[in-house]
Amino acid sequence: MTGWWDPAVWNLGVIIAAMAAAILWGIHRARRGSLLRVRRIAGVEAMADAVGRATELGRPVLYVAGVTDLDDVQTIASLGILGAVGRQTARHGCRLVMPTDRSLVLAAAREVLRESYTAAGRPDGYTPDMVTYISDDQFGFAARVDGIIARDRPAACFLQGAFYAESLLVAEAGAQAGAVQVAGTAMSHQLPFLVAACDHVLIGEEFFAAEAYLSGDRDKLGSLRGQDVVKDLALGLVLIGAALVTLAAATGAGWLAVARDGMLRLLQP
Amino acid sequence: MKRLVPRVITSFVGILLILTAFGARPGPDGGGVWPVRAFDYVDRNFSVWFNILAVFAFILGGASLLKSHVAKVAHRRPDWPYSAVTLVSFVGVLAIGMLKLGGPPGLQGEVTDPGAWFQIVFDAIYDPLLATLYALLAFFITSAAYRAFRLRSPQAAILLASAFIVLLGRTPLGTWLSDPVPPSLGFLRLDALSVWIMSVPNLAGQRAVLIGIAVGVTALTLRILAGRGEVDGGGA
Repeated sequence: MTGWWDPAVWNLGVIIAAMAAAILWGIHRARRGSLLRVRRIAGVEAMADAVGRATELGRPVLYVAGVTDLDDVQTIASLGILGAVGRQTARHGCRLVMPTDRSLVLAAAREVLRESYTAAGRPDGYTPDMVTYISDDQFGFAARVDGIIARDRPAACFLQGAFYAESLLVAEAGAQAGAVQVAGTAMSHQLPFLVAACDHVLIGEEFFAAEAYLSGDRDKLGSLRGQDVVKDLALGLVLIGAALVTLAAATGAGWLAVARDGMLRLLQP
Repeated sequence: MKRLVPRVITSFVGILLILTAFGARPGPDGGGVWPVRAFDYVDRNFSVWFNILAVFAFILGGASLLKSHVAKVAHRRPDWPYSAVTLVSFVGVLAIGMLKLGGPPGLQGEVTDPGAWFQIVFDAIYDPLLATLYALLAFFITSAAYRAFRLRSPQAAILLASAFIVLLGRTPLGTWLSDPVPPSLGFLRLDALSVWIMSVPNLAGQRAVLIGIAVGVTALTLRILAGRGEVDGGGA
């Protein structure tokens, strides 16, 4: 292999380039001031209500950014949501409690909250003690979070990030404490547990869209529109692919088989 | 400048790492044109650099933990005895591990060797606590399932029916209950229905979620590369 590029992944490059083009198109349209029709995400809208409820009850908001480190894209997405939640707690004067299980997340979360409180015009409301480090150990972290929920009785729990087996331990503790819970994750195996224990769940793509939705930023909302276009394209490809495979098998037409094989070459890793 | 520099670094490193995913791999002798060797070097070493950074950050985490719990104990704030237990555990295990108490002496001694106090702490305290916490999941799953499966809506009814079929279909009771079903109606057996639910509607849903996640990750990555992420200071 003497070239620069690996020819085995050309199709991946084409797919990612197409997705990126659609998202950049959405951002471009947003910048030109085109009317943005962004879908509602019930779970995201519930977060603002939950912060308001916590403020009225005089109880804290608990934010957990999952159990993975900064090298996980879900933690990055979660910190984006934290920024928006931080701006809301700053405006309402509501106490925010954020235990972390990674030192790098601790440092990043403090920086995000400091900027959020400053952006909300309440720099004095931010204290580094809002974010505390607990333990890198998954269950040690979950035990401490359960302890915080039992003692502080937060009125709202936001479980946003990558979770593993501890997801239900934390979510169920929040449910039993009577907190309004909004979870969000891309860990498909933990989704059933979070759906069972939480009031709202941001499932997969919604979780990554939440930060853009909450920020109200034009570019981010534009990228959200681009995301919707990509999803529509994916749905179209699924339908076309299913039709091609079915018709090629049913009719035995050569051109359908060629089209089916071409599509498989494009989409298969 | 305070925002620009992190954004530039993030964008540069992000684009570089994306390019490495498409770069050719060097031959068995490690040879190839220089971009190939450069991509391979970046691919192999960036995760190591992240781990080095994380080690330094652990000092920050440890300091945060000590600071918050020492303050709680010193000012006798509510629930301070829990903080005292945390401090004693943290400092005690740290000392046992760093001094390698009980095990073979010297720098070459492993904290996991038989007889090492660190290993004893792990086996006699940590493992039982872990098992206890993990066992709580059984009760939590029951209470969460009870809430989720209450018949409050048509969707909840479908959920309940599906869960009931999958649960029965994977137990000997389900097989026994399906015995009277004639072979011509074998697709109605509880074990067959259970397999169908998991491999058709459930799998379709999982794949839809995965496609959505891929789209979401791409959009988030583009936002970060464009300097519109929250962590690089582009959000607030």
